[in-house]
Amino acid sequence: MRRGKGMKFVGDSRIPASHRKPNIPKDYSEYPGKTELFYPDFLLKEWLVGAVFLVGFLCLTIVGEPPLEREADPTDSSYIPMPDWYFLFLYQLLKYSYASGDYNLIGVLIIPGIAITALLLAPFLDRSPKRRPKDRPIATGFMLLAVAGIIYLTWEAVVTHDWETAKQQGMITEAAQDVEIDTSHPGYEIYQAQSCLSCHGANLEGSGANPPLIGTDKTEEEIMDIAVNGIGAMPAGLFDGTEEELQQLAEFIKSVE
Amino acid sequence: MLNKLYDWIDERLDITPLWRDLADHEVPEHVNPAHHFSAFVYCFGGLTFFVVVIQVLSGMFLAMYYVPDIERAWDSIYHLQYNVAYGKIVRGMHHWGASVVIVMMFLHTLRVFFQGAYKKPRELNWIVGVLIFIVMLALGLTGYLLPWDMKALFATNVTLNIIESVPIIGEPLRVLLAGDGAITGAQTLTRFFAIHVFFLPAVLFLLIGLHFIMIRRQGISGPL
Repeated sequence: MRRGKGMKFVGDSRIPASHRKPNIPKDYSEYPGKTELFYPDFLLKEWLVGAVFLVGFLCLTIVGEPPLEREADPTDSSYIPMPDWYFLFLYQLLKYSYASGDYNLIGVLIIPGIAITALLLAPFLDRSPKRRPKDRPIATGFMLLAVAGIIYLTWEAVVTHDWETAKQQGMITEAAQDVEIDTSHPGYEIYQAQSCLSCHGANLEGSGANPPLIGTDKTEEEIMDIAVNGIGAMPAGLFDGTEEELQQLAEFIKSVE
Repeated sequence: MLNKLYDWIDERLDITPLWRDLADHEVPEHVNPAHHFSAFVYCFGGLTFFVVVIQVLSGMFLAMYYVPDIERAWDSIYHLQYNVAYGKIVRGMHHWGASVVIVMMFLHTLRVFFQGAYKKPRELNWIVGVLIFIVMLALGLTGYLLPWDMKALFATNVTLNIIESVPIIGEPLRVLLAGDGAITGAQTLTRFFAIHVFFLPAVLFLLIGLHFIMIRRQGISGPL
């Protein structure tokens, strides 16, 4: 025994009394059957798997650009929040009436708490020496139920989310970047006075589901029509100025690029 | 030359057993996909660690550009993504890695669970593994705020409100995490940054170290 308690030392130092350990690996015959050495044989295989995985991962990185929404604006109360996908099941759970409101405690603490505690203590809850899934139906059953629940809740959260609005509300608008608004334009005064500003913003940047008006591809006639008659969620009759003012407003909006 | 240098160090520090212990450990047939293809399920844990390494490295490069301040955080990310060479790739690796690591860890957990590999004598390693899972989720949660864009702020608001609704400990916990009882702002960003970059990684490295030491001590569980 050359290690631990059996080790002989020079005086009270930690320098071993005998020569250093032989720098020789075990012989292959010492490994039974198809068991192999970690180094170098198995490590090489692991590296090959790692290389293939890395290529796939980099392809994912190239295909999907990391999303960046516009800069956080705490005053925007119309924004519909959305967590990252792996928290969607918790988010969805809190939408159900027996897990929110008066029963908030159930959704926030009791259900996730029981699940995490059970997972943490699994070795002490499932104590039989049997290891095959079929031989321990309770453990297997609960885990399958939990996985099915997570998948179902995530799915429900995905299909009930309004992805189109979510995309609109987060878009980086050019106003935030480098668009100059000519506030001395007569149309800007009308833009302010006719309450366009309250929804489309002081810099025409839009907010929430209200689209930005910068660089619009609509014609002046179409803009005039929308201002009077509305479009989509925008009600009709918001504009109550003169025909001339309407023309100036349209010219102004068209001029901002 | 290198051999002589190695011998010089080894003579003094006896470093050979350190790496020979790693190099000579036996890989049994039932976990080797070269012999049984279905053994690919044993790759999930290693691949989780691989993604963690990607996260650490890409995170270090992100930190070269990121500014944890509400005035500049978003601008620094915008600059990194659209003006810096390969910035999009580095941020993309960190962004996708955060999702992939959850997927791989989930698969690894299911493998260990359904094989009953957590049973005696490996109870402690299972507990450490579940703690790693929780730390990873917390890393995902705190990292989500850092770009300081709309989804970051509003998702974090929801999270903090949920934390606050927990009785007794809820409100103090919110103040601890967010720096304020009501506002998600400058304090919250710097705290989440510190938690994401210093506190949680420190805990994570400790837990992963324990996880690996225990695996070397106990070996991989036998075939079913």
